[in-house]
Amino acid sequence: MNTLKRILTLLLALVLLTAVLCGCGDGKKDVTGPEESLSPDNAPARGGELTVGIAQDLDDSLDPHKMTAAGTREILFNVFEGLVKPDENGYLLPAVASKYEIAESGDTFTFTLREGVKFHNGSTVTVGDIVYSISRVAGLDSGTPLIAQFAAVESVEATDDKTVVIKTKEPYLEFLSYLTAAIIPEGSDPTEGLVGTGPFKYVSRKAQENIVLARFDDYWGTPANLDQVTFKIIENANMLVMSLKSGAIDLCAHLTSAQADELGDGFTVAEGSMNLVQAMYLNNAYGPLADVRVRKALCYAVDKQAVLDLVGDGKGRALGSSMYPAFGKYYADLADYYTQDLEQARKLLAEAGYADGFDLVITAPGNYQIHVDTAQVIAKQLKEIGVRCTIDTIEWSAWLEQVYKNRDYQATVVGFDTSAAMTAQSLLARFESGSSKNVCNFASDQFDDCYAAAISATDEETQIAAYMDCQKILAEQAAAVYVQDPADLVAMRDGVSGYCFYPIYVMDLSKITLTD
Amino acid sequence: MKFIARKAVAMLATLLVISILAFLAFEVLPGDPTTKLLGTDWTPERAAALRAELGLDVPLPTRYVRWLGGFFGGDLGVSYSYSIPVRELLDGKLGITLCLSAMAFLLVLLISLPLSLLVSRAEGTLLSRLLGGLSQLFMSIPPFFIGIIFTSVFGLMLKLFVAGDFIGPEESLRGFLWYLFFPALSIALPKSAMTMKLLRSSISEQMGEDYVRTAYSRGHSRRSALREHVLRNSIIPVITFLAVTIADIVAGSIIVEQVFIIPGLGRMLLLSIANRDYPVVLSIIMIIAAIVIFVNFLADVAYQLVDPRIRLQ
Repeated sequence: MNTLKRILTLLLALVLLTAVLCGCGDGKKDVTGPEESLSPDNAPARGGELTVGIAQDLDDSLDPHKMTAAGTREILFNVFEGLVKPDENGYLLPAVASKYEIAESGDTFTFTLREGVKFHNGSTVTVGDIVYSISRVAGLDSGTPLIAQFAAVESVEATDDKTVVIKTKEPYLEFLSYLTAAIIPEGSDPTEGLVGTGPFKYVSRKAQENIVLARFDDYWGTPANLDQVTFKIIENANMLVMSLKSGAIDLCAHLTSAQADELGDGFTVAEGSMNLVQAMYLNNAYGPLADVRVRKALCYAVDKQAVLDLVGDGKGRALGSSMYPAFGKYYADLADYYTQDLEQARKLLAEAGYADGFDLVITAPGNYQIHVDTAQVIAKQLKEIGVRCTIDTIEWSAWLEQVYKNRDYQATVVGFDTSAAMTAQSLLARFESGSSKNVCNFASDQFDDCYAAAISATDEETQIAAYMDCQKILAEQAAAVYVQDPADLVAMRDGVSGYCFYPIYVMDLSKITLTD
Repeated sequence: MKFIARKAVAMLATLLVISILAFLAFEVLPGDPTTKLLGTDWTPERAAALRAELGLDVPLPTRYVRWLGGFFGGDLGVSYSYSIPVRELLDGKLGITLCLSAMAFLLVLLISLPLSLLVSRAEGTLLSRLLGGLSQLFMSIPPFFIGIIFTSVFGLMLKLFVAGDFIGPEESLRGFLWYLFFPALSIALPKSAMTMKLLRSSISEQMGEDYVRTAYSRGHSRRSALREHVLRNSIIPVITFLAVTIADIVAGSIIVEQVFIIPGLGRMLLLSIANRDYPVVLSIIMIIAAIVIFVNFLADVAYQLVDPRIRLQ
């Protein structure tokens, strides 16, 4: 009986412990950041092995069509390539295809296969591989697309042995961005071996320990410098810093400014952008928050600069709507749409019938310190206008279930990225009233019209104008209290150079060199 | 023989109860595996397709029976997160955790037994008071905190080991054991302090017994009486404690593995719970439970060896 009791205690302790300790994440960010490459002093040396620390294992799926976590995408970027591939400025360059054409109608994409592109298994890429890969992602056989946007695919066919034509059901200019989806050998199943065309090939993995990549010498483009890269999985933030200091890892991205400050001499810290829209997202269907005046009052009560200062040492870019600066021509700068004005905030609250304020629960995913910190600062600022906040910190899986899936929350601080491809659409889609991703329960006919116009636009100008309007409506309607695109700090020990930031959440290792 | 058969049945029943509880716990926890696997790409259609793929679309009792059948057939299932058999996934990790726990347990014995004898012999001296104070101190520091201090002091300052650079046994056995030494010590110190305190009070209680006076009258010195008569009698409560300690050590290694970045069962367990990777979690819970139950059984046997008057019935 005693034994049983002990085991039950152990079990219970484990479960409790989990609630406190666990939560390892995915779904962080993707897309943007000023290009910033650190040019090496010495001539780039070829060769060497690099160890990179990463904060989470690649435990969603290594199948490039099924992966969902930003942390997985960022690494497999080195292994897989699509017909096109983004560069450091966010432009799409031809990759497995050597050129592409989009018909004026906006619904037909024609690709010419690049000659001599090799798979990691040595075989040459054929149009059959491309047709297989696109059909697989689009779920043309199974009926369920593996990447949601591929539901738009009407057909894919090879017209000759180097041309592939992809047709979409409606005009869909931005679909080109999604054709960064991996090309894999015809008939292959990635769970039985990862074969791509990227500058690095997959070597091995050990669950929760590491994943190893090696240079692919037959790469069609400029080959990588490094011989081998080992990604070491270290979930604990303090241990990441400790491992950098002890020399167990050479490079680590996505550090907080507090972590970077701890490093001291012997390290270079490069600053880019996380490429996500961090905000206090509001449940527009919940009691007081259903009133636009209340949502505006919350926006007026928040001092974004103070949040940036307290959470990221002043680093990061303040945002005013669901888009971040790396989107360039698509980005509407609305950061100053609401500036802190407590009088105005109180007035709006009183008009809405909440002169005495109200209680608000802010849910935050505990595995992302930055969101928890931000929630705390906002809670303090909201107190000024009588909104009494409680912060509920939960683990990532619970957040996904409770907030994302069931929308059973009042307000939540989190960051959304562009997911599979860098498109303005991916950041705005979740505010369309019918979207299954509409976590804010935001409903505006005006927005829906603008959004629909943007998606189906056949020329870029119309599309940009429509997306600008979308962003403006989100700000006007105060769909969320937009905060910032946080800074992304990358630390590398002296001797490592060539890291460059992308406007999407990837870690390009092909340009990194070791000089000692 | 009868005793062992009865124990085996009881052990099996306990394991069954644990597996049912673990299964039910997953039903209560918010979030299901598809939530984590699909992340912010979650849609009802994709979730339904994935649930069917993972075999989660059937009712709980059916799932349990299926799992149980597989488990006793040696099939631990396939990990949701890694798409490889759990058996393959845990291969090697179990060994690491067992090595760490065994090392910690050995250290507990090596530290606490000689020291408590020393303290009992030197009762009342400065040395015994000093050791008493130290044990009081270590008893109150949790292992993970000692671990953090060790990584800073022995890892970063003295550079005795490279913090975070775990060395697998296949790479270098010496390097592996050396890397485990500091984590094992962080687990062992608080446990040693407790064992020491317990053994010491047990010894001093026994020292007042009549048989000790008789031993003296038969010409034993304090030292030989202690070694030949008292220790054996004092150790019974300590064995009980040590049996519980082993369970504690295994649980403690789960935390300490995080601090030293050791890829053992513990890290796997925590992350698999976070990911709702049920086949992995279940297997690890069953393994740990089996270890704990087995150790308690060994403790029962050990009583009898130490004191033949205790009959196992």
